[in-house]
Amino acid sequence: MSLWLLLAVNSITLGGLLFLLSAGFSLIFGLMRIPNLTHGSFFMLGAYLATSLIAHGVAFWTAAVVAGIGVAVFGGIVERLILRRLAGAELAQVLVTLGLSFMVADVCLMVWTGDPIRIDTPAGLRGTTAVMGLGFPTYRLAIGAIAIVFAAGLWLLLDRTRLGAMIRAGVDDPAMARVAGIRVSRLFTIVFCLGAWLAGFAGVMGGPILSVYPGLDAEMLPLALVVVILGGSGSLVGSLVGSFIVGFLYNFGQAMFPEMAYVVLFLPMLIVLVVRPQGLFGRQPA
Amino acid sequence: MKRGALALALAALATVPLWVPGTFYVNIASQILLYAILALGVNVLAGYAGLVSLGHAGLFGIAAYTGAKMLTAGGGHWAGPAAALAATVLAAAVFAVLALRGTGLGFVMITVALGQIVWGVAYRWISLTNGDNGISIPGRPSPFGLSLAAPKTFYWATLLVFLLALASMAVFVASPFGAALRGTRDQPRRMSALGYHVWMIRFVAFLFSGLWTGVAGLLYLYYHQFVSPQAVALTASAEALLMVISGGTGTLLGPVVGAGLVVVVKNVASAYIERWNFVLGAIFVLIVVFMPDGLVPGLARLARRATAGWRPQSAVAVAAPREGTGR
Amino acid sequence: MSALAVRGLYKSFGGLQVTSAVSLAVEPGERRLIIGPNGAGKTTLFNLMTGELRPDRGTISLFDNDITRVPGRRRAHLGMARTYQIITLFPRDTLLRNVTLSLLGLTPLRWNPLVRLDAQTALVARAREVLARVGLGHLAERPLAQTSYGERRRAEIAMALAQNPRVLLLDEPFAGLSLEERRDVLALVTGIPRDVTIVMIEHDMDVALDFAERITVLHFGEVVVEGTRAEVVAHPRTREIYLGE
Repeated sequence: MSLWLLLAVNSITLGGLLFLLSAGFSLIFGLMRIPNLTHGSFFMLGAYLATSLIAHGVAFWTAAVVAGIGVAVFGGIVERLILRRLAGAELAQVLVTLGLSFMVADVCLMVWTGDPIRIDTPAGLRGTTAVMGLGFPTYRLAIGAIAIVFAAGLWLLLDRTRLGAMIRAGVDDPAMARVAGIRVSRLFTIVFCLGAWLAGFAGVMGGPILSVYPGLDAEMLPLALVVVILGGSGSLVGSLVGSFIVGFLYNFGQAMFPEMAYVVLFLPMLIVLVVRPQGLFGRQPA
Repeated sequence: MKRGALALALAALATVPLWVPGTFYVNIASQILLYAILALGVNVLAGYAGLVSLGHAGLFGIAAYTGAKMLTAGGGHWAGPAAALAATVLAAAVFAVLALRGTGLGFVMITVALGQIVWGVAYRWISLTNGDNGISIPGRPSPFGLSLAAPKTFYWATLLVFLLALASMAVFVASPFGAALRGTRDQPRRMSALGYHVWMIRFVAFLFSGLWTGVAGLLYLYYHQFVSPQAVALTASAEALLMVISGGTGTLLGPVVGAGLVVVVKNVASAYIERWNFVLGAIFVLIVVFMPDGLVPGLARLARRATAGWRPQSAVAVAAPREGTGR
Repeated sequence: MSALAVRGLYKSFGGLQVTSAVSLAVEPGERRLIIGPNGAGKTTLFNLMTGELRPDRGTISLFDNDITRVPGRRRAHLGMARTYQIITLFPRDTLLRNVTLSLLGLTPLRWNPLVRLDAQTALVARAREVLARVGLGHLAERPLAQTSYGERRRAEIAMALAQNPRVLLLDEPFAGLSLEERRDVLALVTGIPRDVTIVMIEHDMDVALDFAERITVLHFGEVVVEGTRAEVVAHPRTREIYLGE
């Protein structure tokens, strides 16, 4: 019984991390039609940057935010200097993000070497919390809560602010959005940076649980893809639901079919593809 | 003139082991040829169908692993490869049905996911694939009594398969089906209105692509006499695509040139630079941004300008084909 | 028996009703013109007829055969051909290859991966004939990229004629053409024999009126006026719609 509960908590944790990771991916793909294959690298880069900041005495949460900013700045540079030059050539943009992911991975290898680096759980969230008489790792619960907070925040942003309205317009109909006077190119940069920040921040969040190591980017990227294909691109609800489905599948899959776990989490994606190609909540097909 | 150049090239290829300085280079030549077959296979989709796959390492790996499993289980050098190719074509069918649910970018994403599934099996399903330790095979075959264990004989066997692949591509490209496939790349809407079954055409092309990718995977297995999850990683799919786009997708020889380029740079670079992935990524970015046509069309254009004077040319961006369908 | 008939056709996108209760019947050999302001749903109607879009409600029939559920690619084999408002020719090929592809679409040869397409002399010869018919015979070997817009418009029609259709749908065939080019294309179209039924969408009335026998006027996705040319031209509603533009 307690095993199932532990798995459930771990699932919520992974789901939360995946939401932070894939929300950005989903927005970028939904708005800019770019499957950003550098997204896994953003996650990993954020985590690595945080390890250096923490090693220099920066507090965990500050490091998380600042590392995210670092990744966002990198993302902004990439968007303005490279992706914008290829505006309209969607395939070229995908390939460029792929090439960049390899470059980032190798730079990280050079700078931080190949040994996995642990990030310590932030003080105050260590240990366990009692919920319904059972002890759960506090930090893991916290990640779930943080993800919900961000989900709510993003929903407010999209639903209640002008920026959000512009993003939604751009996702629904980019051509019309331009005609309506929305500065689409500036919007693209903002969304790309936001997505990058979320990914970097998620990387740091995941640090205490996953550690940081070469290959983390290649492991996280397909998960983001699965979430977005499953949940539907450009849909916040889709990313949320998809993330938790994947989180649960991965953890329970690991427990029940350890050798097949990685494959198990792709299965619902495949099913959704066959039955409903636009994803559970998406509007356009992938 | 063209026939002469072709004959010369053929002669040069056939005599490689005689004029290259040492077995290291013969082996490089074998690698170039087997990767050229892979690149030709990827190009069927990327170049002629306008469908970019970043999951072909999955098919490549299925061929290599199936071959390895069959050979280590005692199957002969007829049963093993046959099973491997059958498995690969079957997998290609599954890949196609799933990936064709998406168009354009969706297709790319789904192939990434599919390739990763195969990688996940190779890496994690240890009881099946031995995980990171990989599978070794007892040795190379000896078809008709000729052992392929030596680099020279392996090279000639690979050359034979390569020429077969190239010939089949040439026939395919010139055929009605090949023209129809290119039609679905350029104007899928109209093709449907003209009576073509666009999905089925793409599906069959995927099988054809998968077949040659499987052949390349088998050659890879025989070359290294070993297969590990590295052969199935996303970087492997990316390299295959890089071979295609660096050489140029619109030509028959483009992928071959691209394969040569990538293999040489990779082998030379890793002697001097530890960070091959960085170089790979940088080359990718540079080519996509500055040379979307690839090298072969670019150089051909330069050659034409130099010899025939200036003529108005329409530059056709080949590496970034756009879907003609609406959303 | 009508050549092409639609009954009670409805289509909406999201919240927008693009086609509303459209019914019309075109007689064999008829020259029907469909007109209406921008956004009236003319091209959508064509897309429904050719099977590119599926109607929400209603039926479509071709020579009294219900083709509502028949996939678009099969309608070409049943004798339906169309041209496009925006030129959708094959940009990397010659005019000859473009028309050859059109002819190929209706033959089993299109599945053949072994023979040489260029060696199919009968097919290629027919392609040349079709090109000659539209006055492009001398440009057969010209790559599409090196042809003029007027030539491409005629090539569009050649593509459709190559299919030997029983029903030909022309979507704004005069768009963007000079006065002289319009007269050429009109001559081409009026020269098509009566065993082909023609439905034309046109936005520009000057040239199209000469062609039309019967006219259907669409407005906001509905049929508002229909009748002979004389009737429609005289109809007050027609004037309202077009003078209001």
